[in-house]
Amino acid sequence: MIEIHDLHKYFGSLHVLKGIDLNVEKGEVLSVIGASGSGKSTLLYCINGLEPVQQGNVVVDGTDVHAKGTDINKLRQQLGMVFQQWNSFPHLTALENVALAPKIVKGKSKAEAREIAAQQLKHVGLGDKLDVYPSALSGGQQQRLAIARALAMEPEYMLFDEATSALDPELVGEVLETMRMLAEEGMTMICVTHEMGFARDVSDRVAFFHQGVMEEIGPPEQIFGNPQSEHTQKFLANVR
Amino acid sequence: MFDYNFHWRPVMKSLPDLLEAAMLTLQVAVLAMILGIVIGLCLALIRLHMRGPLLWLASTWVELARNTPALFQLFFFGFGLGSFGLHLSPYMIVLMGLTFNCAGYLAENFRGGFQAIPDTQIRASRSLGLNAWQAYTRIVIPQVFRIVYHPITNQMVWAVLMSSLGMLVGFRELSGETQFFASRTFRIFEYFAVTAVIYYVIVKLILGASRLLATRLFRY
Repeated sequence: MIEIHDLHKYFGSLHVLKGIDLNVEKGEVLSVIGASGSGKSTLLYCINGLEPVQQGNVVVDGTDVHAKGTDINKLRQQLGMVFQQWNSFPHLTALENVALAPKIVKGKSKAEAREIAAQQLKHVGLGDKLDVYPSALSGGQQQRLAIARALAMEPEYMLFDEATSALDPELVGEVLETMRMLAEEGMTMICVTHEMGFARDVSDRVAFFHQGVMEEIGPPEQIFGNPQSEHTQKFLANVR
Repeated sequence: MFDYNFHWRPVMKSLPDLLEAAMLTLQVAVLAMILGIVIGLCLALIRLHMRGPLLWLASTWVELARNTPALFQLFFFGFGLGSFGLHLSPYMIVLMGLTFNCAGYLAENFRGGFQAIPDTQIRASRSLGLNAWQAYTRIVIPQVFRIVYHPITNQMVWAVLMSSLGMLVGFRELSGETQFFASRTFRIFEYFAVTAVIYYVIVKLILGASRLLATRLFRY
């Protein structure tokens, strides 16, 4: 379970997150929507400790992410992350991209790591691309590679930071399909997304962020069918 | 108008000595490059990540190495230190001078290489649970290495050619040895012509080896 209490985040004098309270249960799929600059992505970075926070805390399975004694590298193994810019490692083949972390972070043997990697690549539909370098993959394939890479650490949670925003329109579908598949398998997911169809169909709850505040959260039927806050209504009217 | 008689025989007789001296040239250049790469990497990291006296030291090093004649740098380690009572062997003078120079140039190559790697690569590595050291050694450095590979090759060639300045501080590497034989036999043109060919061959071998290695190392 991810528990977020009164989370505040500043970039210099810019107040990016203004007191977020949010719990995400095991097995839940939460979509986070909102305009650019509303603090959605920053929330993900705070959850896996890539950004320090100034007030409040994030607790993952009982461990405070930002506490001094926390072994953040260990905790991050629980939190897979997929970025907008897929960030595949260009000097490694698809298989090596995925096998790297199991090998050097989890200490698996080379053969074991490669087996896990091959399995995860097959899982996301890249079973025939094991020895290909990322430069020879399409954006959609690279994003699926990034998903496989995160899954290879066997995380409890997956954080998606606008995983499809940087893709050509015709490549969005394959990545969403993969995310849908994970959701069906019961993965706990927090998806920052601009894909309203995905948010509506796949998530258990949808959170709407506006200027660093979580304005509204609820089941997709409520957020899309009967939004309470004025900002949510405006936002949805614009994206539809 | 052109009544110079070529005498190649003395050159050919001392060819084994010249080749031995060429090995010394290669040795000092390779050593200077190895040290230069290690120091250059440190200088680049200092310039990218540190402040205070260390930054000042690294910046001064790079500035001096790149903006003063290589010969003067050699003279500093020879006559400069000599006038403070610190007398180095000709070999050490050349090794230190070359290392100083190479480290300065390589530092700037490395700095450019590091700056070319997006921060998001580090973020992605850290998000997988890699610690900072693992992210640097497994993800950043291999990519930087590819970016600086050809500049390093150039610097290696430059180190071989620049080591010829060693003859001015009494070092009997390829040029020093050539000078020695040339002044003894007065076949100056012949000796230096042959030596030029030896330098040319060495450089061509380095470039060929580098190209071959690159096709093996960089498949992406």
